[in-house]
Amino acid sequence: MNLPSSTLLAQSILAGVFTGALYGLLGLGLSLSWGLLRQINLAHFALAFLGAYLTYQLSSYGGIDPMLTLVMIVPLFFVLGVAVHWVLARFKVTPFNSLLITFGLTIIVEAMLQWIWTADYRRLDSHYAEQRFRIGELFLPLPEIITLALSVGCALIVWLVLKRTDLGKALRAASEDAPIAAAFGINQRGLALVLSGFNASLAGVAGVCIALSYTLAPSQIYVWIGVVFAAVMLGGLGRPFGPLIAGCIIGVSEAVTMAVASPSLAPLVSFSLLILVLLVRPGRA
Amino acid sequence: MTLDRRAFLAALSAMGAGAFAPAAFAQSGAKPSGDPIRIGGTLAMTGPLAATGLVHKLTGEIYVDNLNSRGGLLGRPVEWVLKDDQSKPDMARTLYEQLITSDKVDLLIGPYATGNILSAMGVAQRYKKMLVHHTFGIPKLAKYEWQFPAWSLGPDPDITTPELVLDMMAKSQHPPKRIAIVTSKFPSVHFVSQGARKVVKQKGLEEVLFLEWDFGNRDYSPIAGRIKEVDPDFLWVGGLGLEGNQLLDALKKIDYKPRNHFHLYPAPGPMVKAPEADGALAITIFESHAPFTDNPIAAEFVKQFGERAKAANLPETSVETQAAASFSAWQIIEKAVVENKTLDDEKLATWLQANQVDTIQGRLRFNEKGNFGDNLGRVKQVQNGHWLTVYPKDWAAPGATLKTS
Repeated sequence: MNLPSSTLLAQSILAGVFTGALYGLLGLGLSLSWGLLRQINLAHFALAFLGAYLTYQLSSYGGIDPMLTLVMIVPLFFVLGVAVHWVLARFKVTPFNSLLITFGLTIIVEAMLQWIWTADYRRLDSHYAEQRFRIGELFLPLPEIITLALSVGCALIVWLVLKRTDLGKALRAASEDAPIAAAFGINQRGLALVLSGFNASLAGVAGVCIALSYTLAPSQIYVWIGVVFAAVMLGGLGRPFGPLIAGCIIGVSEAVTMAVASPSLAPLVSFSLLILVLLVRPGRA
Repeated sequence: MTLDRRAFLAALSAMGAGAFAPAAFAQSGAKPSGDPIRIGGTLAMTGPLAATGLVHKLTGEIYVDNLNSRGGLLGRPVEWVLKDDQSKPDMARTLYEQLITSDKVDLLIGPYATGNILSAMGVAQRYKKMLVHHTFGIPKLAKYEWQFPAWSLGPDPDITTPELVLDMMAKSQHPPKRIAIVTSKFPSVHFVSQGARKVVKQKGLEEVLFLEWDFGNRDYSPIAGRIKEVDPDFLWVGGLGLEGNQLLDALKKIDYKPRNHFHLYPAPGPMVKAPEADGALAITIFESHAPFTDNPIAAEFVKQFGERAKAANLPETSVETQAAASFSAWQIIEKAVVENKTLDDEKLATWLQANQVDTIQGRLRFNEKGNFGDNLGRVKQVQNGHWLTVYPKDWAAPGATLKTS
């Protein structure tokens, strides 16, 4: 093991924070769905990639600035999320079955992405990729800063809504005890539809961030599932800042491992961390 | 032993290459008749390998269409029975069993990617079928006598590939002394990178960094940081697919451009399009420019592939290693059947072991370890948004020379 220079270590920590921010953004919708709706929505990752491909298409062929695609993607995905939840609620799908059904949806979306865009790699060329800031010896690429800002922003919005608004109180009440909440006049079904729509919008936002920083291929959907699930479980279900903080912890631990030891040990470190936390605090998730 | 260009073109002429002139490649011959000769195989038409699977599919379709327009094989039409192995070796195994026992195909052609080829090889061996395949990356695992690779890596690519590249660099204007080797742990690249370490040591060069990462790694920033810290003269990237692009992207973000960098098996389309990849080196057996396209068959294939790839909405429409190896596989099958006038696997395999086949990548022989023959690898470089062969010099693209710094 070689000790890295302070610059390398600092840059790696920064890289870990940026990667963790994307884990957090991807995990936020999943965490809210799992924690508040009791649905494990694997299709969240497929929706994120659908958002990424739409961003690619609108920017590369429509000439629209990637950030402006959010104006279209957020409401569109809200509607998609509502539709998916409506189907799941209509058939009274249990949490375990939601895992299976949304996995099936993931396969369908992957096939659709491949049908439309082929299995070949697609890369969004945008002016954002060329821009980076410098603080001393450290580099801060603009796409990653945008991802961090959106991740923190979305987590803050969710926190504010859950803590400071009647809607948030109603959501928390419905999640704790749906029948009693209904007795108090809370429209649990309506709330669930709104929340599902919001979660799908979060997936769309994550998709824009993925398109800005990564090359796209339909099969890449599955690359994110393991680590984002780890972030969600470490961060605690339904906690607005949980996935972000846990994602950053995982991202930084992976990056530092790669900086000081063999990069192939990085997944070992992050998942060992997950196991350790779950053993020490099994009620975490 | 490598094949030089003059010998290749002379051999082509001696074989009556005039009979395979561009007009003849697509010319209508006598209409084939009778029961079709069924050649069965699988490809990754879905899943993570589908991008390259599609290249093989287009190539196969072009070859079979042209073969049938030239009169088919043994006067009979050829039918390609193609199934989707979904990029999974276990699925490939099952489907090859099905092709042999249920579909009862006459001949087999291999799938794409080393893992799937290995699965198919086991099935072919069980049923004593010949298997011609395209790009099998680990020759030492090819133990079945009746399998024939169309990828002219040579039997020891872990030594010959690094030797080719480092010998080229030694003769360049900037011979490197300090080498960094970073590699994916994907099997068919990892062992070549390990070989590169041995070759670096044998040549008395200094290995300043060696790093490995798991295939599927998402974050290349720390790896990039470590490369920048050692600042090597030459960077060997044992990368597959997009890994090289991801690493170059991470290097760009920390404002570092490697002086000289080689990528083992990059996704050629994304690599050539990335501005930060200018100067990147890679190994090749074929490129869509002269002198490769001096071969009229190759020229016509390049033209047809370009048309079909464009129609299929592929972002990359030029022929390179994968398409060329795929085309060569079909050429091997056709040659063996035509010379022996039979579909008997044993006779075809025995003939191939004792003979050579002229293909668009060069003359292939199958009489060394793993039925591999000569290493026909060349080195190409990204220059101004194009892949151009630069070494050996007699295979360089017109006007192209190796650029180093």
